[in-house]
Amino acid sequence: MRYSTLAAMLLIVVPAFALDGDPRMHDPSTVILHDGKYYSYGTGAGLPISISDDGWTWRRAGTLMQALPGGRPGTDVIARGGNNTWAPDLIRIGEKYFLYYSAPGTQPKAAIGLLVGKTLDPNSADYKWEDGGPVVWSDGVEDSNAIDPGAFLDPNNGSLWLTYGSYFGYIRLVQLDPKTGKRLYPDRKPVNIAINSEASIMIFREGWYYLLVTHGSCCAGANSSYNIRMGRARKVTGPFLDNMGIDMLQGGGKLFLGSGGRYIGPGHFGLLDLGSGVQKFSCHYEADLDRGGASVLDIRPLLWRDGWPVAGDNFTAGTYHIESVRTGTALELAVEGVPVGGRRGGGGRGRGGGRGEGPIGEPIPDQDVTQVADKWPGGHLDVRMSPYMLQAQQKWTIAPVANAGGYPGSPYFKITIAGTERSLAATADRELAVLPAFSGGPEQLWRIDQLTDGTYRVMPKATPNVKERLALSAIGSSMPTLATFNPDSDRQRWLFKRP
Amino acid sequence: MSLLHTVPPALIVLAVACGSAFVSLARAQTEAPRKPASTLTRTTSPSKAPGPDGFIQGWLILEPIGVKAPLTDSGVQTVVKTDYFPEQLSALPRDGDKVTVAGTEITWHAVETVNYNVNLYHFAYALGKPTSNVLFWAVTVVNSPAEIAGVRLAIGSNAASVWWVNGKEVIGLYNDRQSVIDDGVSKRLTLQKGPNVIRAAIVNAGGATDFCARFLDEHGNPVRSISAGVEPASK
Repeated sequence: MRYSTLAAMLLIVVPAFALDGDPRMHDPSTVILHDGKYYSYGTGAGLPISISDDGWTWRRAGTLMQALPGGRPGTDVIARGGNNTWAPDLIRIGEKYFLYYSAPGTQPKAAIGLLVGKTLDPNSADYKWEDGGPVVWSDGVEDSNAIDPGAFLDPNNGSLWLTYGSYFGYIRLVQLDPKTGKRLYPDRKPVNIAINSEASIMIFREGWYYLLVTHGSCCAGANSSYNIRMGRARKVTGPFLDNMGIDMLQGGGKLFLGSGGRYIGPGHFGLLDLGSGVQKFSCHYEADLDRGGASVLDIRPLLWRDGWPVAGDNFTAGTYHIESVRTGTALELAVEGVPVGGRRGGGGRGRGGGRGEGPIGEPIPDQDVTQVADKWPGGHLDVRMSPYMLQAQQKWTIAPVANAGGYPGSPYFKITIAGTERSLAATADRELAVLPAFSGGPEQLWRIDQLTDGTYRVMPKATPNVKERLALSAIGSSMPTLATFNPDSDRQRWLFKRP
Repeated sequence: MSLLHTVPPALIVLAVACGSAFVSLARAQTEAPRKPASTLTRTTSPSKAPGPDGFIQGWLILEPIGVKAPLTDSGVQTVVKTDYFPEQLSALPRDGDKVTVAGTEITWHAVETVNYNVNLYHFAYALGKPTSNVLFWAVTVVNSPAEIAGVRLAIGSNAASVWWVNGKEVIGLYNDRQSVIDDGVSKRLTLQKGPNVIRAAIVNAGGATDFCARFLDEHGNPVRSISAGVEPASK
């Protein structure tokens, strides 16, 4: 990709990457991993399908409505709402997928329809969507605009819920039947849980229900003020209060994500839980300035801090020292280090130090790798860890690799000693080595996932002769290795710090 | 025979009379006999199970050899790769064995630590030997009831150290450092069924000096199915 060349040439930090391929998207459904592929559906004629083999490079794959008779919503859905197809959401319950989609007419007359399928793969013999009819609707007069569904499975009791609504009136909550995807109690009045927002969806963590909604205006490119906000409650029915205690029914909402970098107007949060403590979220930006202001899908790390979700950033290229959370020591090429400024004593010409009695000297420049690397052995070298001392063998340049694939939200990276071609690699004995140059092999491609606590998990794309996915691990204060990732341990948690 | 608990003054005087290279030995001529090392005892068993956390407690330690070198990678490697006595990387010493280094006869002592670590300062001080600018050689034999693959030797040392398992160098820790549990860890290795020789060279510049060692399994847990001591377990 164009970013890798730029980073390699200029060694600058580039902004967070948007997805690769064709990430055009508006109002994405929650991204779902199904049989090794990632799926999302968005607003548009027939609900456009976006598929990715790795979560990084996306492609369009027709529309979902192509699988339905007439290629349009069912007649009951159209009657309750209209024949537009917007803003779907998708959830897997057992062996079924329930896809809820917006079918607005002249808003706020609208309906949310249900489609039921067994597979998301359009090429599967089992690929089929059955019309489940309208689930909820708004009559055009009541304080509701029944679009923007968000499905939520309560992990505490297996109950299934649907939030919906858009600006006109309330965000509402109804309970669904996990067996059918339809309303469990159709005669019950929906529960109002928020106002002045849309694109609602709920998640749960450690005793709290979080309601994420989108505030602001959409659909105006770089002039869209879309931003994602949230509140939390102890019960699924609310009240959802923001960080200042303001009820979302009164307009409250703590900011989760606003415009930033080269992206304007994030909206339509969706949780992508990859397990093992790795969570991502999907959203769309109203305008990706690097893509001419197009509305695009993105996937980013989801962090948690002080009981609130925090939008993380995908890893950015740059030069870092890599510090083990377990030990506090830094990853380094196993060569003899030279103190910055040279050695003191013993005939060395090192500068500074002592016990504070000497004069203040001129600034000591950063260590130039070209002045120390000529003493480093060639060939394959070991990797170890030591206290970070600002030395050249401890600084790593991390850059995305073009056409090497990726993982949800990010391309693979190469990790080289700054100012050299020496490349970090996984070895067949499940250890690490630094090779003389980057070859592009999967053992030299690295996945860097930010974990929910803000630290990082680092994994090779593949380890030679090893099927298991391994992660960079601090087995001791001075020894890195590759091991199975354990989300409950600091062994595989790393920090990337600017030198 | 260990000198740790009963250091005959005559032996110390004898060592001095033999022209020891150890600078601080001169002190021994004027000092009263020192108390035994409080953390070390004579070996009680030729091979015993490791402590609760897997640390190997039984070792053969050679009295310190005076060295003067920076604790850099190259400095330490030069020190430990210098030939001091015959078969220093292959011989399996026994308690009381003696070797001659630079014209001075020094002795191997079988010891057991009461702690997780082996306090070399205590060891040398009790013998009236120097503790700074010295090299200690330590050897133990790990007996494994079966072949165990995928384990790691995990050590801490004050200061720099180099370690071998069955003759293969597996760990090098350099620079002045404190002894931290699992500071240096080998790559995965296989403990063969029966005896496995663990050998260490610890280089100290000054101040406290000690080491600790254990084996870890794939999950980082201590390997406790082994026994270790100063001679192979009887067959």
